[in-house]
Amino acid sequence: MAKNTPDTHAHDHGHGHGAGHNYLNHEKGLWSWLTSLDHKRIGIMYFITVMLFFLVGGLAALTIRTELFSANRLVDGQTTGAVVTASQYTRLMTYHGAIMVFLVIIPGIPAFLGNFFLPLQIGAKDVAFPRLNLLSWYCLLGGAGLAVASMFYGGADTGWTFYTPYSISLSKAVVLLVSGAFVGGFSSILTGLNFVATVHKLRAPGMTMNRIPLFVWALYSTAILQVLATPVLAITLLLIAMENVFQIGFFDPALGGDPVLFQHFFWFYSHPAVYIMILPAFGVISELIAAFSRKTIFGYTAIAYSSIAIAAVSFFVWGHHMFVSGQSEIAGVVFSAITMLVGVPTAIKVFNWVATLHKASINLASPMLYAMGFMFLFTIGGVTGIFLATTALDTHFHDTYFVVAHFHYVMVGGTLMAIMGGIYYWFPKMFGKMVNEVMAQASFFFIFVGFNVTFFPQFVLGAKGMPRRYYDYLPVFEPLNRMSTIGSYMIGTGFVIALIAVIHALLSKQEPVGDNPWGAKTLEWTTTSPPPHDNFEKTPIVTAGPYEYR
Amino acid sequence: MSTVKYDAHGNPYAMHYDSPEHEYQTGKQGVWLFLATEVLMFGGLFVAYAIFHHIYPEVFKIGAKFTDWRFGSANTIVLLSSSLTMALGIYYIQMKNNARAFWMLAITVICGFIFMAIKYVEYSHKLHLGLYPGAWYHGNLEEVAHHVGLSPEEIPANLALYFSFYFMMTGLHGIHVMLGMGLIIWTMIRLKRGDFSPDHYTAVEGVGLFWHLVDLVWIYLFPLLYLVS
Ligand SMILES: [Cu+2]
Repeated sequence: MAKNTPDTHAHDHGHGHGAGHNYLNHEKGLWSWLTSLDHKRIGIMYFITVMLFFLVGGLAALTIRTELFSANRLVDGQTTGAVVTASQYTRLMTYHGAIMVFLVIIPGIPAFLGNFFLPLQIGAKDVAFPRLNLLSWYCLLGGAGLAVASMFYGGADTGWTFYTPYSISLSKAVVLLVSGAFVGGFSSILTGLNFVATVHKLRAPGMTMNRIPLFVWALYSTAILQVLATPVLAITLLLIAMENVFQIGFFDPALGGDPVLFQHFFWFYSHPAVYIMILPAFGVISELIAAFSRKTIFGYTAIAYSSIAIAAVSFFVWGHHMFVSGQSEIAGVVFSAITMLVGVPTAIKVFNWVATLHKASINLASPMLYAMGFMFLFTIGGVTGIFLATTALDTHFHDTYFVVAHFHYVMVGGTLMAIMGGIYYWFPKMFGKMVNEVMAQASFFFIFVGFNVTFFPQFVLGAKGMPRRYYDYLPVFEPLNRMSTIGSYMIGTGFVIALIAVIHALLSKQEPVGDNPWGAKTLEWTTTSPPPHDNFEKTPIVTAGPYEYR
Repeated sequence: MSTVKYDAHGNPYAMHYDSPEHEYQTGKQGVWLFLATEVLMFGGLFVAYAIFHHIYPEVFKIGAKFTDWRFGSANTIVLLSSSLTMALGIYYIQMKNNARAFWMLAITVICGFIFMAIKYVEYSHKLHLGLYPGAWYHGNLEEVAHHVGLSPEEIPANLALYFSFYFMMTGLHGIHVMLGMGLIIWTMIRLKRGDFSPDHYTAVEGVGLFWHLVDLVWIYLFPLLYLVS
C-alpha cells in the first residue's frame, strides 16, 4: 500500500520557490527540455509535436477536400476539376487518417493535457515513472520518423486500416508505415502504464478514488484500454509486416489464410482505440462543465463509473465493423446489440452534464463554448453511431460518406473540440497568461460552424450512396461536396485563428493571471501559475471532493 | 523529477515518492502492467493458432512431426531450471549473499544461451529441409514425406502454415529470451556495482518476473508446437 504520509523531508536541491520560479525557467536550453523528466515539460513537448502533426494531417485533409470540390470531367480530351492524381489522392487519404489517428487524436489529450494535469489534479509531484514518460515521447517521434520514411518509398495507399490482402501485396512503404504505428503504439502503452500506476499509487493524502477529478477518472479508464488493447494492435501490425516481408500466409487467401481474420485482429484493438480517443475528451468536458457552471457536477459517481463501463464494453463490439465482411449472422446480431449498449453509459454522461447546467450560473467563456459545441456535435455523432450499429441500416451505409461523417462528428466534433476547450481552459495554468478571449471565441465560431457545414452534407451524401475513399464522384453529388469543401476551409481558418491566439498570448506581456483565474476547484488551481518544478510548495492534504461549488 | 532522496537507512528513492517502499511497490505494479501487455501480445498469436488449428487440424498434426520432442523437452527443462536459479538469485540478494546471487544470475544467463543454442540446431535442421514459413517454403515433397515416414499424398498442401506459426511463435519468444538475458546481465552489472541490498532490489525482481513470463510462454508453446501430433 502507498504510505500517504505527508512529505516531511526538506528539499535537497538548493533553490527556493519564490515568485517567478516555475517549471518553465527551472532549467534553460533545448537540451534541458529534450532530456526533461518533468511531466509538465513532457506534456508541453507533446503539445508541440501533436500540433505539428495536426498541421500536416490538416493540410492533407484540405487537399483532399480541394480535390473533391469538383467532380472530374473530361472536356475535349482534357480532365478538368483534378488537383491531384488518383494515386496521390489515395496516399493523402491514408496519411491523413494514419497521422490524425495515431499521432494526433490518440496522444492528443492523454499525453499532452493528461501528462500535464493528471499529477497536478491528484496532488502528486510527477507521474510514477518519469523516464518511461520521456521514452514514450521518443517512441512517438520514432513512429513519426518511420511514417515519414515510408513516404520516400512511394507512400502507402491502403487507408489507415491496412486491410489485407491489399496491404500485404504492396510496396515496402506499407511495412514502414505499419512499423511506425507499431513504435508509436509503445508510446501509448507507456503512457497508459504510467497513468494506471500513478492513479493507484501517487494520490495525495486524502485523495480517495471518490475524490479524484472526473478528468482523472477518464484518463484512468483510457489508460486501462491503452495497456490492454494496444498490445493486440502491436501483434497485428507485426503480423502484417511479416506477411508483407515473409509471406507467412495468415491473412493471405492465396496461401490458405483469412483476410477477415485480419479485420477481427485490427478492430479488436481499433474499436477500443475509439474510446482511447474519446474517453479523455469526456473527462475534459466534465471539468469544463463543472468549472463554468459554478456548480457541483451532477452525478459524479455515474460519470466516473460510466467511463469504466464504456471501457469494459468496448472490448466486445469490434464485429460491428464486419457486418458485410461475411461474418455469421448470429455474430452480427450479437455485435449489433452490444454496440447499442455503449449508448447507455455514454448517454448517462450527456444527461449528467445537461443536468449540471440546469439552474447553473453559466459563464460562456471560450472553454465553455467548446464544451457546449462538444455536447451538440458529439450527440449527433453518437446517435448516428446507433444507426450504424443497426445491421440493416449498416448494409446500406457501410463504406459510404455516412460513416465518414459519423466518425468525424465523434473524433473532431468530440475529441478535437475537447482539446481546444482544454487548451483555452488550462492555458493560464500552463503558461501563466490568458488567451485573448475575442480570438478564442472567433476560433470557436469558425470551427463549430465550419465543422457542421463540412460534415453534415456528408451524412446526406452517404445516405444517397456516395462511397467513401474514392478519388472522384458522380456529378450529381457536386453541390453538397462543394458545400463540404467550403466548410473545411472555415475549419482551417478557425484553427489558424486559434494558433495565432496561442502565439499572441505566449508573446504578450500580461499582468500575472493569478493561481485560479476561472475560480475552479480542482487541485491544479491551488498551486502557482505556471506551477513550480515539483508542482506544490507542500504536498496538499485533501479533505473534500473535486467540485465543491455549491 | 530525477532528484534522489534517502531514507533513515540511507536507501535511495526518487523524490516524487514517499519512501523506498512506496517506490518499490509502484515499480512492481508497473512491471505487472507491462507483463499484462506481453500476455495480450502473445495472446493474439495464440488466438490465431487456435483458429487455424480449428480450420486445418491436419496441418498442425503433421507439421509437429517435424519437431523433435526431445529437443523441446530439453529446452523446457533448461528454462524451468533457469526460472529456479533466477528466483534463487533474488533469494540470495535478500540473504545479503551477493556472491551467490551473482552466480545464480550467471547460471540463468547460461541457461538462456543453451536454450538459444538448441533452438539454433532445430532451426537449421528445418531450414535445411526447406521447411520455411509461408510462401518461402520449398521442401521437396518426396524428401519431406520420407522424413516423417508418410507418403507424399498425406502431406497437406499448406503445410507451410505450420512453419509460419512455428517460426513466428518461437521467433518472437526467442527475441524475448534474448531480451531477458540482456536484462539479467544488466542486473548482474548493477549487482557488482553494489546497487542492490536486501531492502532495495526492485530491478532484479522486475527482471525476474519478466523471465518467469518468458518461461511460462514456452510452457504453452511446447505442447502446441511439439506435442500436437
Ligand atoms: Cu468500432
